[in-house]
Amino acid sequence: MMMTSKEVVLDVDGLRMRYGTFDVLRDVTFQARHGEVLALLGPNGAGKTTTIEILEGFRTRSAGRVEVLGTDPAHGDQQWRARVGVVLQSWRDHGKWRVRELVSHLGSYYACYSTELIRRPWDADELVAAVGLTDHANKEIRKLSGGQRRRLDVAIGIVGRPELLFLDEPTAGFDPQARHEFHKLVHSLAQDDETTIVLTTHDLDEAEKLADRIMILGGGRIIADGTAAELAQRIVGKDEVRWTRDGQRFVQSTDKSTKFVFGLFKRYGEAIVDLEVRRASLEDTYLSLVHEAESGQSQAVETNNLEEMPR
Amino acid sequence: MNPTATVLRAGFTCGLIELRQSFTGAALFGQLLWPVVTLVAIFFLRDRSFGASGFTLGTLVLPGVLGMFVALGMLLVVQYLSADREDGTLLRAKATPNGIRGYLIGKLVTVSGTILAYLTILLIPGLIIVGGLDIGSIRSWLTLGWVLLLGLMATLPIGAVLGSLISSPRHAGYISIPIMGLIAISGIFYPITALPQWLQWIAQSFPMYWLGLGMRSALLPASAVSVEIGQSWRHLETIGVLGVWAVLGLVLAPIVLARMARRESGSNVAERREKALRQVL
Repeated sequence: MMMTSKEVVLDVDGLRMRYGTFDVLRDVTFQARHGEVLALLGPNGAGKTTTIEILEGFRTRSAGRVEVLGTDPAHGDQQWRARVGVVLQSWRDHGKWRVRELVSHLGSYYACYSTELIRRPWDADELVAAVGLTDHANKEIRKLSGGQRRRLDVAIGIVGRPELLFLDEPTAGFDPQARHEFHKLVHSLAQDDETTIVLTTHDLDEAEKLADRIMILGGGRIIADGTAAELAQRIVGKDEVRWTRDGQRFVQSTDKSTKFVFGLFKRYGEAIVDLEVRRASLEDTYLSLVHEAESGQSQAVETNNLEEMPR
Repeated sequence: MNPTATVLRAGFTCGLIELRQSFTGAALFGQLLWPVVTLVAIFFLRDRSFGASGFTLGTLVLPGVLGMFVALGMLLVVQYLSADREDGTLLRAKATPNGIRGYLIGKLVTVSGTILAYLTILLIPGLIIVGGLDIGSIRSWLTLGWVLLLGLMATLPIGAVLGSLISSPRHAGYISIPIMGLIAISGIFYPITALPQWLQWIAQSFPMYWLGLGMRSALLPASAVSVEIGQSWRHLETIGVLGVWAVLGLVLAPIVLARMARRESGSNVAERREKALRQVL
């Protein structure tokens, strides 16, 4: 597996999605490598779900090149389908089925795609245990709580031991406890099974916790791409400096906070008290990027920041 | 195991599991309702004689009713498909390798099994209620067998087409209205020769009439043919009309089903969920 760790499993180039005359996605380009956890972040309507549905092979794109595990998802065959996992947001389907029964049944479709390297499907009992549903294994699905159902959704998504897993807003409606459990599950999938994971979320905190790399979609384009730390430092990079002088509070935003503070002391010396330097957080970055993308869509000036981004 | 064997097995398993689910617990009452209502109707018709034919209406109606329940399998398919599309069952199948094929095989097994159960529930008490049926010969059961098989082939694929075309399970009711209408004029509850000529022609263009006729030819004594159009069981015509519907359905269903499956995605299901929840509130 080590040898394949650099392999590109997701290759998107110039992806465009047009409804009528409106481009929901414009020139979306990115890659994901084997074992990477990629979070797609963005406000509602930014095109996250559309992007992920195109990658899943559930939606036909308007233009651009897309390769998922080396195959165009629009023409993916069943063999390809067996290597891709999709975690769906269930509602009330299969309500009369029992948890283990459904996991085992859906797993049986993958048996003929088992390989030397990847044994498919995942054993139903093991998998039910892995998502923490052993106590409910023989319960009717309609009697599960919301959080339990989502864990079942994850189990179904990974029952075929996918090489690439898609999760569209996996923790929407989770309580903090369920969210924590879910994050542990995703970590173990990424680390122990080297599953490449693409997830969408509104939740910055979640993206920061789970993802190796974060991509922010805004106005149908990728407006930022990098690790959480990179995004926070390299894109906006404005730290906030607060201090008090002569009993008066001051606040200053600056991208060179150390130099600024040095200047401050050089000028006022000990008159400066209550000094506080707040590093740019991912949230600040996110909000300012999204704001720029939404207010200046036609001007395309904000892309200056992005050109410096490592791809 | 190769993919074809895998999907056949998975489909059958799915069909049998869902068949069991639909006949256990509270669901059983829903399943028994219509057969029991029908049996009650036959009970009241058991002594009413029809003209000079020498047969009671009950005797004439029971076989036709079996044909009607075969035709109602079409509505079952419509309901299953529209409900499964709305709640995301179909999307799950789509996300699974060969899942859509397995899903369809499963539905075929569930619906065929349900119809077989209906026929059994109707036939066993029915034979006690009404007399005069010809069930002693192998010929009767062979005829019943091919009419049943051809009838399923003529109606289930058409049900799949209709189920793919309607947008929500709440619209399934609209489809049942014309189907009930066709059943009413199909000569199942009263010999078709009593109807005006033009209605007879409409009835004869659809599978319901021929299913009823085929079942009567299987279970009624030869002399009962006197109440039919042209005093004939018209087996060739039965095979012809049911065959045309079967071919039509088997050609159209894969096209329409593929088109429906292609359109399924997570956001579609989410949209329908929101719409349905709004309607509930």
